[in-house]
Amino acid sequence: MPPLARRNLFHDKIRFTVTLTGIVFSVVLIVVELGLFVGFTLTTSSIIDRSNADLWIVSRGTPYIEQGTPYSERKLYQVLATPGVAEAEKDIVRFGDWKTRDGASQGIQVVGFNPHSSLGGPWNVVAGSVDDLQKPDAVMVDEIYKKKLGVERIGDVFEIDGRRARVVGFTRGIRAFTTTPYVFTTFKNAQGFARVEADQTLFILVRAQAGANLKNLQRELQSRLTDVDVLTSSQFSRMTRIYWMFTTGAGIAVLIAAALGLVVGVVVVAQTIYATTMDHIREFGTLKAMGAGNGYIYRVIVTQAAMSAVMGYAMAMVVSALIVHASQSGGAAILLPWPMAVGIFFLSLLMCIGAAMVSINKVTHLDPAMVFKS
Amino acid sequence: MQAAISVRKVSKTYEEGTSKVPALQGIDLDVYPGEVVLLMGPSGSGKTTLLSVMGCILRASAGSVRVAGMETSSLSEKELPPVRLEHIGFIFQGFNLFPTLTVGENVELSLDLKGVRGAKAREEARRLLSLVSLEHKYDTFPSDLSGGQKQRVAVARALAGSPSVILADEPTAALDGHTGRAVMQTMHELAHKHGRAVVVVTHDSRVLEFADRIVRMEDGRIVPGPTTAHEAGVPKIPPHAFIATPIQTAFEA
Repeated sequence: MPPLARRNLFHDKIRFTVTLTGIVFSVVLIVVELGLFVGFTLTTSSIIDRSNADLWIVSRGTPYIEQGTPYSERKLYQVLATPGVAEAEKDIVRFGDWKTRDGASQGIQVVGFNPHSSLGGPWNVVAGSVDDLQKPDAVMVDEIYKKKLGVERIGDVFEIDGRRARVVGFTRGIRAFTTTPYVFTTFKNAQGFARVEADQTLFILVRAQAGANLKNLQRELQSRLTDVDVLTSSQFSRMTRIYWMFTTGAGIAVLIAAALGLVVGVVVVAQTIYATTMDHIREFGTLKAMGAGNGYIYRVIVTQAAMSAVMGYAMAMVVSALIVHASQSGGAAILLPWPMAVGIFFLSLLMCIGAAMVSINKVTHLDPAMVFKS
Repeated sequence: MQAAISVRKVSKTYEEGTSKVPALQGIDLDVYPGEVVLLMGPSGSGKTTLLSVMGCILRASAGSVRVAGMETSSLSEKELPPVRLEHIGFIFQGFNLFPTLTVGENVELSLDLKGVRGAKAREEARRLLSLVSLEHKYDTFPSDLSGGQKQRVAVARALAGSPSVILADEPTAALDGHTGRAVMQTMHELAHKHGRAVVVVTHDSRVLEFADRIVRMEDGRIVPGPTTAHEAGVPKIPPHAFIATPIQTAFEA
């Protein structure tokens, strides 16, 4: 086929630029919103997902991780005595109050864990080490929140709920969805920072023995323990994500923004492709008069739309990559995993071809006799 | 001899609001291979409507239209484009070239519709353009051509796929006298050398000499009048005046 679609598309460079701008704007908007959604979703449950635990034992009816309520730590011994349990540790995740050196208060989430175990600790430690947390009053925070917490360097001293806290290390990229930074410390310190009674814990994390049937172990623990729920990490993670993303409406808002991006894209592309089609309507009429079937003309229009989509997508991905990179040092991570990038490519294609339907409808009803009107 | 196009008792009525406007009323017309038929008449007489009906672009309200012996009035909307594609070449008053395609690509597009593609299409497009002395303009865009050159490209495009019928709507209206004559000489030669049935809608009395037959229309009807150039008092070009020379001679003259 002679390059009618390509030539028509590139013929009016200003219109083509507008088309590409519309697509790029739309795709970037979708990437940012969906990237935020993915980032938020993973952030809400990151403490669970990175805990290395197979099971989380929570007080009965706990809907998500931030709502854990204390229960007797003696349950830990019942858990350890259960066949199939390789490791179990007490764990705390609870809001606390960080006081900066100028006296300002800042909400935090205290994460208390056993530094000798593999369960519930920080990851991506870039300064100091987990072992340093064994020192009295030692805490570890994320680099992202240095400014927010007034931390400048290792050794800085602050107060958490009136107790002394000394920064011994930094992590990188451990964000909190609630904007209250995670502060890692030992379980013992956490009991003090988060006002949890000495014989109480908020969670028990369980690692199953290799080869153990997790469902059976979950059932067994549930039957042995009272007043608690035994959840797999994936169950608890999903409950937490659903709470923050949908029960609070935060996720819906982000998804609506992404959908709006899609609508903007469809409208912009539809308008520009429609205008291009109308510019060339007499040519399409000539094609019909010459005997071209509707399918032939649809191919020209759809090819235009697909070419716009591919070029717009490519440019949008460059812009998106820059935004994603820039977001890594910010409080809200925009993530662009490759399956999402592939999905957005097809979404862009669908958006542009869908937008071309308006033009196709116009051409379908075109009277070829128009070619005889001068 | 079988008519290339045969029209019987064809009527066409346009509906404008609640009123009905008859554009064609009981038209009977046969056009044979190897003849140039001029459709003449005042504006609004139904010439272009008849051309559209003959070209299967417009459906008649009543009557029969046969193209190459095939009854088309009973065909569905989807069945008509292949008839146009196979049997009919169109030449338009406004040339209707594709401005974003080169001259060669314009002709290739017509061939592409007929399933001729790639190197074969390029070769055939060059051959058709050589018939109208424009092979050297293959890579030129229509915007860089004169009106006469554009119409010659339109002629080459109409010839793609060797249709048996050429329908031309005011092909000389946008051209000067000399170029108009050259285009009509081409029409004449298409009929007499290549055996095409050529129907030309025109107001231009200067082209009467190229007609084998003149059909006059008024108010949607064929009306009596001179039916040949001779009857119209115009010396008729001899039927084989251009057979000895290729079509481009007309343009090169």
